[in-house]
Amino acid sequence: MKRVQFEHSAVPYLFVAPQILIISIFFLWPAAQAVYQSFLLEDAFGMSSQFVWFRNFEDVLSSSSWTRSAVFTVVFSVLVAVISITLSLFLAVRADEVIRGAKSYRTMLMWGYAIAPPVAGLLGNMMFNPLMGDLYKAFNSFGFEFNHIQNANDATFVVILIAVWKQVSVNFIFFLSGLQGIPKSVQEAATLDCKSAERRFWTITFPLLAPTTFFLLVINLTYAFFETFGIIDVSTKGSPGGATATLVYKVYVDGFIGADLGGSSAQSVLLMIMVSVLTVFQFRFIERKVHY
Amino acid sequence: MFRKTLMAAAAVFALGNTAQAATEITWWHAMDGALGGVVDQITADFNASQSEYHLVAVNKGGYEDTMTAGIAAFRAKNQPNIIQIFDAGAATIINAKGAVKPVQDLLEENNVKFDINDYIPGVRYFYADSDGKMIGMPFNSSTPLLYYNKEALAKAGVDVPKTWEEFEAAAPKLKEAGYTALAQSHSPWIFFENFMSRHNLQMATANNGYDSTDVKILYNNDALKDHWQHVKDWKDAGYYGYYGRAWGANQDAFVQQQVAMWIGSSGSFGGLRKSAQFDFGTSTLPYWKGVGDAPKSTFIGGASLFAFSGHSAEQDAGVAAFFQFLTKPETQYYWHKETGYVPITNAAYELAKKDGYYKESPDAEVGILQLSEEGGEWTKGYRLGFYVQIREVIYREVDKIMNGEETVDAAFNTIEEEANGLLKRFNDTYSN
Repeated sequence: MKRVQFEHSAVPYLFVAPQILIISIFFLWPAAQAVYQSFLLEDAFGMSSQFVWFRNFEDVLSSSSWTRSAVFTVVFSVLVAVISITLSLFLAVRADEVIRGAKSYRTMLMWGYAIAPPVAGLLGNMMFNPLMGDLYKAFNSFGFEFNHIQNANDATFVVILIAVWKQVSVNFIFFLSGLQGIPKSVQEAATLDCKSAERRFWTITFPLLAPTTFFLLVINLTYAFFETFGIIDVSTKGSPGGATATLVYKVYVDGFIGADLGGSSAQSVLLMIMVSVLTVFQFRFIERKVHY
Repeated sequence: MFRKTLMAAAAVFALGNTAQAATEITWWHAMDGALGGVVDQITADFNASQSEYHLVAVNKGGYEDTMTAGIAAFRAKNQPNIIQIFDAGAATIINAKGAVKPVQDLLEENNVKFDINDYIPGVRYFYADSDGKMIGMPFNSSTPLLYYNKEALAKAGVDVPKTWEEFEAAAPKLKEAGYTALAQSHSPWIFFENFMSRHNLQMATANNGYDSTDVKILYNNDALKDHWQHVKDWKDAGYYGYYGRAWGANQDAFVQQQVAMWIGSSGSFGGLRKSAQFDFGTSTLPYWKGVGDAPKSTFIGGASLFAFSGHSAEQDAGVAAFFQFLTKPETQYYWHKETGYVPITNAAYELAKKDGYYKESPDAEVGILQLSEEGGEWTKGYRLGFYVQIREVIYREVDKIMNGEETVDAAFNTIEEEANGLLKRFNDTYSN
């Protein structure tokens, strides 16, 4: 038998090797460790361990606090992604139209990007402090009985507000550059054909921004799932009653604070599965509607 | 940080030049800020007191960070000699068979005189095993105390309540005077664990968990539920301020004079003296006259020092020498005065008394007096696994009681069920 073979050179492999190495060390290996740990009951110091099959998963899935946290995570992530994308798209379109002082507007809107999530959480925490927080006082003076310390919906509102605020500037940068990537000729042609700015936006600008929007959707969901940890840890710590604990926060509380390795590994494996499913879903069903 | 490292390095070199290289021992602790400064001072004093050993103290963040760092280091076989572990994490390290060397063995092997009765009653057995052998060396030990705003109480014309019955009588007057009567900063520690101890109620089966890891929690009892029903009623009536689970938020309410009385830690004393712009006093943790007879001593909170296993005999001897230095009356008295934590030995307490410290600031003595109150069958402590998570469950359910999402009964059923689930997991993990 004669096999058709192309000449392979080792050079491309050499070039991807560092990337593969990094992924293996910092992602594949720890992920494999987590999967292995999720089947064990092991004491924190590693003095004894036993293989228990799916016991950890059963314990996790049967706990009401995990279910509550899973539901919250999904609701929270979708809301954060949708609100911050919508808001930043609006801001980017407006900022793109500004002629005088455009640079300072844009810089101001990008500022938030430089703020680390825990710092954003701390700022939010201060503004909503019941004793001295301005926003807390403002909401209550409008007649809402606002109390995020005790009311689950109010607490959810607070963490969403902080998370969105922090993310808007990131999205803004991408949308603004996306808008500036739209050829002037296309816009001018559209202006000749159609008087309504709104219609032009939906038929010309938005479709041309679709790749950016899709990219941001993926990024924002990942952000809401994982990176909001700092915000939650500093502001609500998952309270009241576990109403604002995302799954990542719960993994941290059980694994790092509680030293339950098997249980928190099982939780992170479940989280990995959820995120994989979500990503596949996004690329299969939403990306189809995107034209590059 | 860099400067500290540099100084430590310089110190090592200096010692290396004078003496034959001193044995280095490391201590990972969770004391930052002002407390960290006191720890550094004690470390420097120990190093100056002898030349055989050189102690390096490293702050690893808060309690949880320190414990996590210790676990990671131990698993990587790179553990420090001494690690500070907080009360709720004690079961995790003590039940990991072979992870630590019992402090009593360590001291006796190195010919340091050890008598458990030298330690004050409240701390004596908290970190001991069921046979009464001391495993962890008590270090920073505190107890919940009631702090009160003197002006507020005078305005309302009430005395400091010793019991909850007295509190109920005083609360409406304080409300009339424009104050929320009470807040507290740590529901699991103050209104669960110490509630049980104060009323001499059994907290868990198997001798509060000391005898076995196969144990069930006993929180779901009428006395405790009744207490929480009262707390909820007080909150609804405007006598009790609930500022969430954060320690600081509740303390701030007291500092800003919205709340007339606040229950915190005896270790809060030093900080309050700096932040509170008014005259305040301290008193013992109130109790229900209707529950049991006389009030009993409270549990300690805080943390203890554990000696990790797997080090050379030489280094272990250094750890023993440091523990001996740490428990000296002078060291303890210094620690007590600087931080507000209680002195852990009788001799140190005597020294503080003799020195006239309590004449000059009587409030500093309330904590140790409370810990020295008559002990009962159930006041020596508890040893429960995954207790950190059990506290999380308590925090969560208290939130729900306070916002009316759940009744007291329902919340306590959940606490019992989830806590027992966690205890079972712990038993399955650690019992073989």
